[in-house]
Amino acid sequence: MTTRLKETDVVVVGLGAAGGVAVLPLTQAGIVVVGLEAGTWLTKRDFAPDELRNNVRDWPMAVQKAQQEVPTHRVNAKANTTRAGSHPMMNAVGGTTLHYWAQSWRLNPWDFKVVSETTKRYGASRIPSGSTVEDWPFGLEELEPYYDKVEYECGVSGQAGNVKGAIDTRGNIFEGPRNRAYPMPPLRSTGFIDLMTSAARGLGWHPFPGPAAINSRTYQGRSACMYHGFCNKGGCHVDAKNGPHLTTIPRAQETGRLKVVTRAHVTSIDADANGRVTSVTYVTDGQEFIQPAKVVLLASYTYENSRLLLLSKSKAFPNGLSNNHGQVGRHYMSHAQGGSVTALFPFNINAWYGLPAQGVAVDNFADDNFDHGAHDYIGGGNLWVMSDRRPIAAAGMGTFGRTPSWGSEWKKFVMQNADRTNTSYLQKTTLPYEDNFLDLDPVVKDPLGFPVCRITADYKDNERRVSAMAQERMTEWYKAAGAIATQSNPIGTMGPTTHAYGGTRMGRNPETNVVNEWGFSHEVPNLGVLGASVMGTSGARNPTLTAQALAWRTAEYLAKNWKNVTV
Amino acid sequence: MANKEGVSRRDLIKRAGLAGAALTIPLTPVTSGTAGAQAKPVAPEAPQGIPRREPIENLTAAEADTLEAICARIIPSDANGPGAREARAAHYIDRALGGALKESREAYRAGLAAFDTYCRSSRRAPFMELSPRDQDSVLIDVENGSATGFPASSAQFFAMVRTHTLQGTFGDPYYGGNANFVGWDLIGYPGIRLNVTADDQRLGNKLTPTHKSAYDTEMFTKAQAHHDD
Repeated sequence: MTTRLKETDVVVVGLGAAGGVAVLPLTQAGIVVVGLEAGTWLTKRDFAPDELRNNVRDWPMAVQKAQQEVPTHRVNAKANTTRAGSHPMMNAVGGTTLHYWAQSWRLNPWDFKVVSETTKRYGASRIPSGSTVEDWPFGLEELEPYYDKVEYECGVSGQAGNVKGAIDTRGNIFEGPRNRAYPMPPLRSTGFIDLMTSAARGLGWHPFPGPAAINSRTYQGRSACMYHGFCNKGGCHVDAKNGPHLTTIPRAQETGRLKVVTRAHVTSIDADANGRVTSVTYVTDGQEFIQPAKVVLLASYTYENSRLLLLSKSKAFPNGLSNNHGQVGRHYMSHAQGGSVTALFPFNINAWYGLPAQGVAVDNFADDNFDHGAHDYIGGGNLWVMSDRRPIAAAGMGTFGRTPSWGSEWKKFVMQNADRTNTSYLQKTTLPYEDNFLDLDPVVKDPLGFPVCRITADYKDNERRVSAMAQERMTEWYKAAGAIATQSNPIGTMGPTTHAYGGTRMGRNPETNVVNEWGFSHEVPNLGVLGASVMGTSGARNPTLTAQALAWRTAEYLAKNWKNVTV
Repeated sequence: MANKEGVSRRDLIKRAGLAGAALTIPLTPVTSGTAGAQAKPVAPEAPQGIPRREPIENLTAAEADTLEAICARIIPSDANGPGAREARAAHYIDRALGGALKESREAYRAGLAAFDTYCRSSRRAPFMELSPRDQDSVLIDVENGSATGFPASSAQFFAMVRTHTLQGTFGDPYYGGNANFVGWDLIGYPGIRLNVTADDQRLGNKLTPTHKSAYDTEMFTKAQAHHDD
């Protein structure tokens, strides 16, 4: 039996990082919103400092909708398809912001203009062959006010490096101009982070503390961070991690115009013969509901955004919603999150506490911050060193080939070295390519019988060269700080990741992009798409803040152009 | 509220509390290689804090004995202190096989059977009757995949047992391993702290272990969430 609900102004599909932010400008403008969320509310009491539960057993993601829809992956169209055991994202009000690292970066100016800047500086031939990269439809200056809104509305701590063109060497000297400083100072340093910072300065680099959506002091009545060490894949026990479930969503609810519907498993976005969306269909406990709306904002994660569009077939859109140009699923990217470097120090570094966002960054080798004239790649990597360790993982450390992996000798090694290693986090430019894409898996289905998303993607020469360069620089940095051994780790695959981009790319050309410069579909005037799936370049840093700034901008555009969009 | 282990949460917390005091008392040396040495019930007044009741919930007694002996070679009790046996890693695994690790139950059944057969055929004795040196030589075969008779590769079985032994030795004591926090003490983890200061993160600072489980904190336990006091 299907229940047809009363029409609302806007349905937001997914109340995570992006959808959870968009609901605030909408409801504040007087628009009535229904937020459909596959997960439930979770609170600080759900986040015990328990490595087994959070990191080993993946609670609470293990019981989520996303886990039944883990995308499959193959490196190219001829390769075998494999499927990972778990999905790195979670369903909840607030989505993956509940257990993410909360690093909240703005993109650098170059990331918006990869094609034109590369062409200008090095010539068009330097764009890697097969890449479908385009300039964004606007530059950093267009997004700056929205970055600012999210930084202040949610709460981001950090050290500005460029306020209105004035460079501050305590921050990132490579960042684009910002209108004002962060609302909170950066998270504090540690002894080890101080050591790494000095080493970077000694190399002539420009280290700085990174930005985080985590309170460095009391903010909006919520506690400062306690640095307890279980932030990585754990939620915050003092509500110091500023996801939308603590910030924008409750504020939107206070307007009386946001209805949060939890455990809503969306199965299709429905369109009429005129090519407009009319409603969203969802299932809760086997009961089907149709929620009619004047406008739909699709804000699930990158994989699910493409999948839901491809599953939503109609007369007007026989190949999936907004896919009459065959662009849904195209221009997929994922950060090369593997390819780290692990170092061994001859002394304890006291990294048992802290969090992944407590660290030091070097941006000298990111983007186009250095001359690429002599190199055979474009883009670069952000180097990040953090204070983050938990006991099971610490005991599971590699032994740098010095001992077997068990027994008395191993035990002695681990007793001595458990607090002497550090693994860096190197985020690198990843470009979109013709043959890296998302579609529906022809075989694997979710429990409702719908095909899961299939990823066809592999890193190309450009990504592998950038990764090798970043590992060389990171190794140099660790050695300058006194490391006695280092190990470069494999780059990994482009399978399911927390940093997935593309599939519904934003751009002015409808032949190559799904959404226009405002985030609305080129083909479906009352359908907007939110999330990193609209981003056309990855940058060399975490995507969440950019996805949130874009979501705010799309929501504000909708509020200001309500009549045009809904006519 | 009694949990499924038949031990009340209050008991568990009390036990964790005792552990701190017990730490100054040297642990009883454990003879490795003799079956059942570890299974002897500890006298009620014994201060070690090792659970007096430790039922085998999912493995058979014979499987549990073999597993215990394997764990004890992966992280041995030696001159450098206690290992997986004192941490009760095998007890953690046995408990977890009825819950979070239930999908591995069959792999343990089949793997431990193959392991026993391999020991008897290649070393002419069950694992627990071999000297520590011979036990290690068997485990090397199993680790590198050269031990025969396993459903998949013996290396896969070894990797699974090692992973779970680490979980049982270094995970939160709530789950039945890391008894007396021996695992955390072994690697110098100073324990659960809900509020970490700048000084706690200074280089060279040697912190006193807290010897607390995550679930010693009231806000994470349902039974106490509604207490007003």
